[in-house]
Amino acid sequence: MKEVIKVGMADLQFAGAPATLRTSGLGSCVGIIMYDETMQYGGMAHIMLPDSSAAREQKVNRAKYADTACSDLYSHLLAEGCPKYRLKAKMAGGAEMFQFSSGSSAARIGPRNVDAVKRALAELRVPVLFEDTGGNSGRTIEFAPADGSLEIRTVNKGVVKV
Amino acid sequence: MTGFPSVSEGQLDALREAGNIGAAHAATALSAMLGSRVDMSVPSVRIAGFEEVTGLFGEEEISCAVLLQLKGDVPGTMFFLLPLDEANELTSLLLGGAEVDLNQEPMPEMGASALNEAGNILSGSYLSALSDFTGLNLQPTPPAVACDMTMALLSYGLAEVSMYGDYALLIDTSISLKEKSDSLKGTFLLLPDPDGIQSLFEALGVSI
Repeated sequence: MKEVIKVGMADLQFAGAPATLRTSGLGSCVGIIMYDETMQYGGMAHIMLPDSSAAREQKVNRAKYADTACSDLYSHLLAEGCPKYRLKAKMAGGAEMFQFSSGSSAARIGPRNVDAVKRALAELRVPVLFEDTGGNSGRTIEFAPADGSLEIRTVNKGVVKV
Repeated sequence: MTGFPSVSEGQLDALREAGNIGAAHAATALSAMLGSRVDMSVPSVRIAGFEEVTGLFGEEEISCAVLLQLKGDVPGTMFFLLPLDEANELTSLLLGGAEVDLNQEPMPEMGASALNEAGNILSGSYLSALSDFTGLNLQPTPPAVACDMTMALLSYGLAEVSMYGDYALLIDTSISLKEKSDSLKGTFLLLPDPDGIQSLFEALGVSI
């Protein structure tokens, strides 16, 4: 039976085929996958906030922020022997779960997370092959390092595999 | 201030009492709205890890939530949360018995609006009772309603808190309809930001 490695909120995990990586209930959070398809190995992070410089905790949980999580995914994959040029990324999440009638700028945390992830990946020069971001639906995602496929499940649109 | 504040047993007791008063007023409001008896649980107050907060109703179970953001002396987030079936049932009662399925995209307008308003009234009476009790200025923003995976809904309220650590102060109280006590239960979750927690403690006279 294939192993499914669970990635919690503000968590980061790695897996090699045939294991898969799964994170549930992405709302404004973003799931980031960085992988090497040839080595069939990759990592997934479930980030909550765009920028670690805004952290007010004593010990920063690097998996919680877009910038530090991308950088840790990258350096771990390089340390495992994945060559830079083969690294690819996919991402999902960053929804706005609640629509405020007042149109208040109420954080708009989802889109800010998405932008921050893209910026961090662009700086690392890791191309984003696929993204399913924004909207107002929660997402559960599962990534298979074996073929680089990503399954995205939403409540109303069923399962999409890319 | 850095990091998440540590909280004593005495402080948790004070918050439990605050949650009690808030929910009692909300229960009275619901009872008046539906003309039936409403019961409430003893509030549970604790410092909970994110996994515990988001797992309250199962991560991928579908819930409906009415969310209010709090400004004023206690910045934070307030949820009135129900599992989907119970939200459908409450909304149907509010609409005089019409069949309701809130789990559609987009949400049916009448149902969404009824649930939003109910959540607003209930959370509003909770907060005004809390405000009278503590003398704190609590200003909720207009409410917003959504139905989706529970974890996705709750994570919205945790984003702000998560700057301070991977924990939230959870004040969790349920109210239920007397004749449907097995099937209809709404839960209030008050998630104050760490700065808000300190104001709450000071107002309750239990600051360190």
